[in-house]
Amino acid sequence: MARITAGVGSSHVPLLGVAVDQGKWQDDYFGPIFKGYEWTREWEAREKPDVVILVYNDHASAFDANIIPTFAIGCGEHYKSADEGWGPRPVPDVEGHADLAWHIAQSLILDDFDMTIINEMDVDHGLTVPLSMMFGQPEKWPCKVVPLAVNVVTYPVPSGNRCWALGEAIKRAVESFPEDLNVQIWGTGGMSHQLQGPRAGLLNREWDNKFLDMLEADNDDLRWIPHIEYLRETGSEGIEMVMWLIMRGALGTKVNRLNRHYHIPCSNTAIGHIVLVPD
Amino acid sequence: MTPETPKQNIHEYLAELDDIPGTRIYTAARARKGYWINQFAMSLMKAENRARFKADERAYLDEWNISEAAKQALLARDYNTLLDLGGNVYFLSKLFSSDGLPFAEAVSTMTDMTWPEYRQMMLDGGRSPQGNRSIKGGY
Repeated sequence: MARITAGVGSSHVPLLGVAVDQGKWQDDYFGPIFKGYEWTREWEAREKPDVVILVYNDHASAFDANIIPTFAIGCGEHYKSADEGWGPRPVPDVEGHADLAWHIAQSLILDDFDMTIINEMDVDHGLTVPLSMMFGQPEKWPCKVVPLAVNVVTYPVPSGNRCWALGEAIKRAVESFPEDLNVQIWGTGGMSHQLQGPRAGLLNREWDNKFLDMLEADNDDLRWIPHIEYLRETGSEGIEMVMWLIMRGALGTKVNRLNRHYHIPCSNTAIGHIVLVPD
Repeated sequence: MTPETPKQNIHEYLAELDDIPGTRIYTAARARKGYWINQFAMSLMKAENRARFKADERAYLDEWNISEAAKQALLARDYNTLLDLGGNVYFLSKLFSSDGLPFAEAVSTMTDMTWPEYRQMMLDGGRSPQGNRSIKGGY
């Protein structure tokens, strides 16, 4: 039986990808950030997940303004790194797990989640930066990936409650997959940041850390935080943190925290990451 | 069982989104208004389109169903005006990168700071939410 063994929440700031690709990750600016991920990289090397369900948002790369799926699951065999205007990141192709992805997609639809299925797409920094942060620069990514793209751009985006419930349904779906697989789920994006308008540059260390505290807690209070609170407190792009709730919802009621790190700033953004395992 | 939650009224929901200082939340109304601005920006993901745009920006823009005001704002890289006209930053970022501009530097042009001032603000911990949360509430 497949099982979800851990959940990771992490920012996916594109500049971190640039730092990796250009070898700047030890300099004064990026050093403290990458140091914060050091434990997690070593832990991932030991854990060797077979598959990561990677919850992220597409930043106008695979999806344009035409089609806006709220929840979309990648069921393909492989995905290439997207050209976001600079040329594609020089990272390995991402290998999908089509059998598991289709199983999850079908299970979720029967479980009342109206998923969009994607067979072919390119994946942008939202997906490849977390892979670089967790796995460094291997010639080939050490696991397969099931991309799960969430609309957090065009409003209304899905509620915290809906994201959490989707995580719960993903847990049920994974546990009904017959093959013995070590599956992790990662929720990415955030933490506080605003990339637009005169209020750009807003960061909120206190709120972000409250959010991390709540992720570790043995309750599901996080699912009831309304969008407006994320927007007021953490900036317009801080809403990406709802994607972490999909990860958290898939871990069950009680979790143990293995690692947690927070750093300000990276570009416009507060960087955070957390590693949780089901109790 | 998940507890019952009151479902939000869409009008109240949207009214709240307009109560954040210095912020244009990308609502459906903005997405409709800015559709072709965003689709134009999206086209810059292809190297051949970037080359054609750089060779003659105005001619490339004239191929799109974009208002004159939006074309002027695009030519001027006036990003706050583009947000008002329905542009979204993730789409507009294709223009940042076509210009070779770091994301944060492009973002700084939407504030009242210079790029060095903005960068220093971020190094100092970013913009405080204090007084920046609500127009009506002033908190």
